[in-house]
Amino acid sequence: MKALISELRPAISATLVLAAVTCGVYPLVVTGISQAAFKDKAAGSLITDKDGAVRGSALLGQNFAAAQYFHPRPSAAGTGYDATSSSGSNLGPTSQKLNDALKERIAAYRTENALGEKEAVPADAVTASGSGLDPHISVKNAELQAARVAKARSLSVEKVKELVAASTTKPDLGIFGDAGVNVLKLNLALDAQK
Amino acid sequence: MHSTDWLQFALFLGLLTLITKPLGLYLVQVLDADGRTWLDPVLKPLEKLTYKVLGVDPKREQTWLQYTFAMLAFSLVGVAFTYAILRLQDVLPLNPQGFPALSHHLAFNTAVSFTTNTNWQSYGGEATMSYFSQMVGLTFHNFTSAAVGIGIAAALVRGIARSSSKTVGSFWADLVRVTYYLLLPICLVFAIFLVSQGMIQNFDAYTKVKTLEGADQIIAQGPVASQVAIKMLGTNGGGFMNANAAHPFENPTPLSNFVQMLSIFAIGSALTYYLGRMVKNQRHGWAVWAAMMILFVGGVLVCAHYEAAGNPIHQQLGVAAADGNMEGKEVRFGIFNSSLFATITTAASCGAVNSMHDSFTAIGGLVPLFMIELGEVVIGGVGAGLYGMLVFVILAVFIAGLMVGRTPEYLGKKIQAKEVKLAMLTLLVLTLSILGFTAWACVSAWGVAGLNNAGPHGFSEMLYAFSSATGNNGSAFAGLTANTPWYNTTLGIAMLIGRFLMIVPIMAIAGSLAGKQAVPPSAGTFPVNGATFTVLLIGTVLLIGALNFLPALALGPVVEHFLTAQGKLF
Repeated sequence: MKALISELRPAISATLVLAAVTCGVYPLVVTGISQAAFKDKAAGSLITDKDGAVRGSALLGQNFAAAQYFHPRPSAAGTGYDATSSSGSNLGPTSQKLNDALKERIAAYRTENALGEKEAVPADAVTASGSGLDPHISVKNAELQAARVAKARSLSVEKVKELVAASTTKPDLGIFGDAGVNVLKLNLALDAQK
Repeated sequence: MHSTDWLQFALFLGLLTLITKPLGLYLVQVLDADGRTWLDPVLKPLEKLTYKVLGVDPKREQTWLQYTFAMLAFSLVGVAFTYAILRLQDVLPLNPQGFPALSHHLAFNTAVSFTTNTNWQSYGGEATMSYFSQMVGLTFHNFTSAAVGIGIAAALVRGIARSSSKTVGSFWADLVRVTYYLLLPICLVFAIFLVSQGMIQNFDAYTKVKTLEGADQIIAQGPVASQVAIKMLGTNGGGFMNANAAHPFENPTPLSNFVQMLSIFAIGSALTYYLGRMVKNQRHGWAVWAAMMILFVGGVLVCAHYEAAGNPIHQQLGVAAADGNMEGKEVRFGIFNSSLFATITTAASCGAVNSMHDSFTAIGGLVPLFMIELGEVVIGGVGAGLYGMLVFVILAVFIAGLMVGRTPEYLGKKIQAKEVKLAMLTLLVLTLSILGFTAWACVSAWGVAGLNNAGPHGFSEMLYAFSSATGNNGSAFAGLTANTPWYNTTLGIAMLIGRFLMIVPIMAIAGSLAGKQAVPPSAGTFPVNGATFTVLLIGTVLLIGALNFLPALALGPVVEHFLTAQGKLF
């Protein structure tokens, strides 16, 4: 016990010194450099409209329900795309609740996008993401929604597909990760068409 | 797996192999109080000043017992430090959202969690923690618990390498040097890279947004990048945000994801090289590394296979079979990078997640769970992975000795009853904690009340929680609601057991081996390099893991796998 107590003085000093360096100097230096070199990214890649109002983050999804917008994935963050409570559904493979939700979403997706009774639905269109804030949908999912959006906006399907391609994030360096369509960027591009 | 998946996997393994030697050589210098690095001109004055404030002489080495006491005293102060910050959160600065102080049980659980390098989180970061709590209360341990783990591994390696020595190094020198020379410089560069990918780093209040459809969205902010860099490099894993590395602000691009995965394994992999260099048997270091990597590759392939195959129940409903199991996964990472990350984070004792393990298929979810239960010795946590694996090495050498009927020797040191008893103690304590607490939770109202899933998956949620806490991993089948007095307390105790009842016997082994005189190898010495040894080591790890945990796994993921095939729902 005495040996333990004799080490308490260096333990307390070490805590204070290392905290000052790793929790004071270090994060402040990182913040300083980030603000200087990557100001917008460090602030959350926020998107502002022409009046200067913030409309979202290029990295975060948001809810879209109207027919003229591309729809994001289902979200388990709060009541949907709540960027103060990121979360997945955490429902497991044998969950009745997940099964029921999937049934409903698949039926709704087929109706909205005029798919056949037996046609397979892209997995990302009916499953919740890990964060509940996934900004992307799969390319296939976007293509299936294109006709609906085109009709609601009286645009040609080709034009809409062109915009989809422009909002598609390719794998990094052509290798890393999967391609995805950024829903917010795509919907902003659609609104800009007017 | 697609061809690009194979390419990414090959790149990951290739780059990891490439950095193992240079980083290992750097570790040799860092873990020597007289070592020289190219950062000396900048950091030496700071290092000297730190020793002065601490009142310690870095050249004065400690016995295993003194080293252990120093480590315990430092950990004790660390728990108190963070507990106090969390309890006083409401009056401390950098709290733009005005979050209240944490409850006593959540503060206890969290303080223990970060001190033990577990980073189990019973809370959602962006809805609970002020920037001060994150940046000071938690990040402090991300650095120091990693440094402590690396120090313990170094002490054990010194014990093996030295002959008739009373001491195993200085705790204070290890702590300070690892933090300054290893962790800080890498994190500084790493954090800036992460911001360049889109990770946030600011102290702004949460941003209020009017969405395109006219709804309100509040966007959580914070100094994320500086914390995430050390969260990964130090295999801590505690997320700034609730969704951890699945959150786009905490893992914006596949490239940030790739580098984060690499950083989880970097130090653990380099430590095997450090081992080889210190014991003057580099092939032994590589043999241990090879055993780890074979177990790792196996885990990745199984996990990725089942996640890509998807869930037959959902495919019956009309989900495209070719897409695999996307529940709980992000589009930008897809099936493979989610499976790879899940295996890495549990093989190492990291615990960060870029997809929700709770929603994995039965066997896809079994892989991370089993990786934890193997003792996180597949690369493992920084330091913890190596000293955990060396316990298995001692047992493997012992088993080999029994088979040929000779006194087992490890690198010239006789392995006797004392070392084997201590090694077995660490394994049995961990198993008892995992299975004991899980059994208790299963038959208690408090245990079952937290479940998010019913049936065998509910059992898996509890088994995963206590495996993760005892293994100091920190990932979860996160549907479990653990922020209750019972779960916070029992998981807190499991974390303490998993960290300190592992470290103390290991330090005793270090002290015992250091004191022994090394004898030169003879014709009857079992060689600890080459394929035979690697296979024996893999066999020992798998055998002990299977004996301990297969019955429990059979009740959870295994039975769930067969029920999924039958379409049974709960």
